[in-house]
This record gives sequence, C-alpha cells and structure tokens, in this order.
Amino acid sequence: MSDETAGAAWFEGLEPGDAAAAAEHVRDGSAEAPANWPAAAVDAEFAADEDAYYDVLREATITATRAAVEEAEGADDQQLAHLVRAMDDCTRTANELAERVAEWAGSRLDEEGSGVGFARRVAAIEPEDAGEERLLGLAQRVADLDDEAEALRAEIERAAPEIAPNLAALAGPVLAARLIALAGGLGDLAKSPSSTVQVLGAEDALFAHLRGQGPSPKHGVIFTHEYVRGTAREHRGSAARALAGKLTLAARVDHYSGERKTGLDDQLEARMERIRARTGDGDAGSDDGPDDSGSDDSGNGGDEE
Amino acid sequence: MTLPDGVERRTFDEEERLATRGPTVYGEPTDGEWRAWDARRSKLGATFEKGLDTGLEGDDSVLYLGAASGTTVSHVADFAGPTYAVEFAARPARDLVGVAEDRSRLFPLLKDARKPDTYAHVVEKDLDAIVQDVATRGQARVALENRQFLAGDGRLVAAIKARSEDVTAEPADVFAEVLDELEAGYEILDTERLEPFHDDHLALVARPK
Repeated sequence: MSDETAGAAWFEGLEPGDAAAAAEHVRDGSAEAPANWPAAAVDAEFAADEDAYYDVLREATITATRAAVEEAEGADDQQLAHLVRAMDDCTRTANELAERVAEWAGSRLDEEGSGVGFARRVAAIEPEDAGEERLLGLAQRVADLDDEAEALRAEIERAAPEIAPNLAALAGPVLAARLIALAGGLGDLAKSPSSTVQVLGAEDALFAHLRGQGPSPKHGVIFTHEYVRGTAREHRGSAARALAGKLTLAARVDHYSGERKTGLDDQLEARMERIRARTGDGDAGSDDGPDDSGSDDSGNGGDEE
Repeated sequence: MTLPDGVERRTFDEEERLATRGPTVYGEPTDGEWRAWDARRSKLGATFEKGLDTGLEGDDSVLYLGAASGTTVSHVADFAGPTYAVEFAARPARDLVGVAEDRSRLFPLLKDARKPDTYAHVVEKDLDAIVQDVATRGQARVALENRQFLAGDGRLVAAIKARSEDVTAEPADVFAEVLDELEAGYEILDTERLEPFHDDHLALVARPK
C-alpha cells in the first residue's frame, strides 16, 4: 500500500473485487480518525449499498486477519534459538579476534588498547604497507562481527515478544530467547519444571553437584536478570526460584494460549519486593556488578561462596 | 432490566440461562436455534446476569475490544448489527477468524486496542456501543482513546479487571481509580461487581461526555 493512502479509508484507491489488495489495506492502513465509512463507500461508488459494503468488508477483514495470524504464528521459536546462538557466536568471536588485533597492533602501531572498541579504532587507520593492511583488515572483521551481533540483538528484541510475549516481557527478549534455545524450543521450555528452568545454562555445575562434587547451583542464565543479579547474595536463591517459577508459567501461557497476561508481571514484582524486603536492601546488587552483556559468567552461576 | 432483542432467558438442563441465536462456537448447550451464553465464561454475559442496563437494544453497531478467541463476541454478533472485533494476540485471533466465518456481520481485526489509529480506517464512527474486555494495564486509557468511535448517545460497556491494573492493590481502590480516570471522557451510568461469575471484575456502563 502506498503512503498516499495512509490516513484514508481502507477502500480508498481499491479496485472493487481486488480481494488481496483489500486485505492488505486493512492490515497496513491507518487513519487519524474514523468516519462514516459505509456511507463514504457508497458515495465513492465502491459499494452499491451498505449491505454490499459490509459483505466486502467481511471478506477483507477475514482474509487480512487470517494472513496476519499465519504470519505471526510462523514466527517460530527455532528461529529465535538460531538468532540468539548466532548473536553469542558473533560476540564471542569478535572478542577473540579483538584480542588478536590488540596483541598484533601493540607490536606494529603506536596505539595500545584492548577489546572491540580498540579494534574499531585500529580499523579506521590508513594502512601504510601490506602487513598493516592485513592487521587493519582483521580489525575491520571484528567491527563487522560486532555490528552483526548488534543487528542480531535488535532482531531478537523484535521477534521474541511476538513468539513468546509473556516470557519476553518477564525475562527481557534476549534472556527469553536464551531460555528457549537452552530448553530446545518454546514447547520444551513450557513442559520443563520450574526447577529445571532455574538452572538452565548451569548444567556443568548441576552435574558436578549430582556427582557429589559441589553445591547445587542456585541459578543458570537467569542470573543475567536484574531480579537475580540485583538481589543481595543471601537472597539470590529465593529470587532465582521465584523468577524461574514465573518464567515457567509465562512460557506455558505463551505456548498454550499466546495471550498476554500482565498478571504474571505484577505477581513477580510483588514477590520480588517481599524477598528483597527481608533485609531491607531493596536494590542491593552493588556487591557484584558484571555488565549486562554476557551470560558467559553465569554458566557456573551455582558456585556457593 | 432489559435484555437486547435477540437475547433471551431460556431453560437448558432445567437451568434458566441467557441465550442467543447463532452457530455454536465452544460446545455450549443448544435448544433448537438458541445456544446458551455462559456467564462464567463471558463478562458481558455476567453483566446481563447482574442486571445492568447496558443500553444495548439489538441490531446495534458494536466495536468489541479484546475479543480474544471470540466466545463473547460470537453472542454479540448474534444479536447486534455490524460488529468489529479487535484482538491483539495472534493465537486467539485464529479462533476468532473461525467464529467470524460463521457470521455475516462480524469483522475480525488483529490490532492493538491501545492504537486506534491502526484500525480507524476500517472501523466506522458513530457506533452504538463499545464493549471492552481488555486484560492490560491502562484499561481506562483504552476506553478513552476509543471514544472517538462512539456516537454521542452511544454506550461503553466495559469489564474492568482489577488484577490487570495492580495485583497488589485492593480491587475496590483500583476500580475507584479507573472510574476517576474515565470521568475525563465518560459519564458513568452504572457499575456492578461481577462476583460470583468473575472475581475482582467491575462491570460498568457509561456514555460519552
């Protein structure tokens, strides 16, 4: 649909009988205010009378809504799992190559530094010889991978709320995608007990514990959630258990119904307030402040002190 | 109280229940062409059971916000005229399309009730009624933003869910707040709690100011 028709009736510029275009207008159009569309359609000779108008409208809305539903449902949990794994691969590889760039650049250039940001600075330098060109080329790959990771994150943030609206709202889109990827799919996550969800991503620690070689892990990737990380250490186990419980319910609602249930958010919020109120350190978390980017450090998140 | 034309009390299994005439949707009991309207599964059904005067007369033009899988809206389409059914979530909307296919004046729309501009090019103005049952925070705002579709003497018939606004607060306090916010655009005509059919829900009837 063209921009000119935005703000106009759905039937504006439509050939009578063009069902596909009609459905598209219904889906993608918009107007600032409603009008007496049936009368306008008759005036514009789009329909012979009101009854005929409603017949066409019915056809168009049913076709449009069916197509929109199919599209939304085709957005699939496995794609989300691929997205989050690809994002993690890009981030990890970018960091690895950035180390190589830093080491190499330290031997050739005056500049010193580390990380992806440093690699970006190196990539921007004008090369002076063939060897330097290769170093700069490698630095450029780091920047590209980092860009790709960012683009993947943006896509996850767009797709996760469509595929799992409740889980994405409670966990955040990226953590929601990670949980789905770790469980093997939204259906698998929905069928997992909350105790499993609590330690997804901490399998090493869990199996060590089962072998009798360590304490039971308190949390897996859900450690990245503010409700766990931002809670005082002695209450993190409770926080992780409460969060995992609600995330499990959210995954079940998403899998079996697909409707957004805001009640879960509120229940979780209330529960967290109670847990944090136990010592009155509501927004603790300063004792441990990894930045929000990685789940890497939470794989062993079960380590007791 | 007055039921709209096309809604009657009839006896199913020795129990008097609301009923409308139309194709069955969710395995509800039938009596000839009449099918029972389960007030426990429908806030609008419960609103009638509680005796509120909704102003719905039959053959009304209706915008239904929060149509979900179409349980209630199927009954509305049975007794009303043109009925626009807005639902935001894809999965229930699939069932809603099925309900619409069995009815001639039910128009399903996969849209967000908080963004009326995304369907104002389809839904007409001067409607007789808005029926609202959206389980999101900001239910008063949804009603206010959709007021533009309503005729001057039209009716808002809404079921307000306390737990959607604030799960920790007293429902009565939540309802007072919602009603207060609604006063910005509506005159409240009547309210009634929907227990025992639905816990922590308030039915309300209002007309635009």
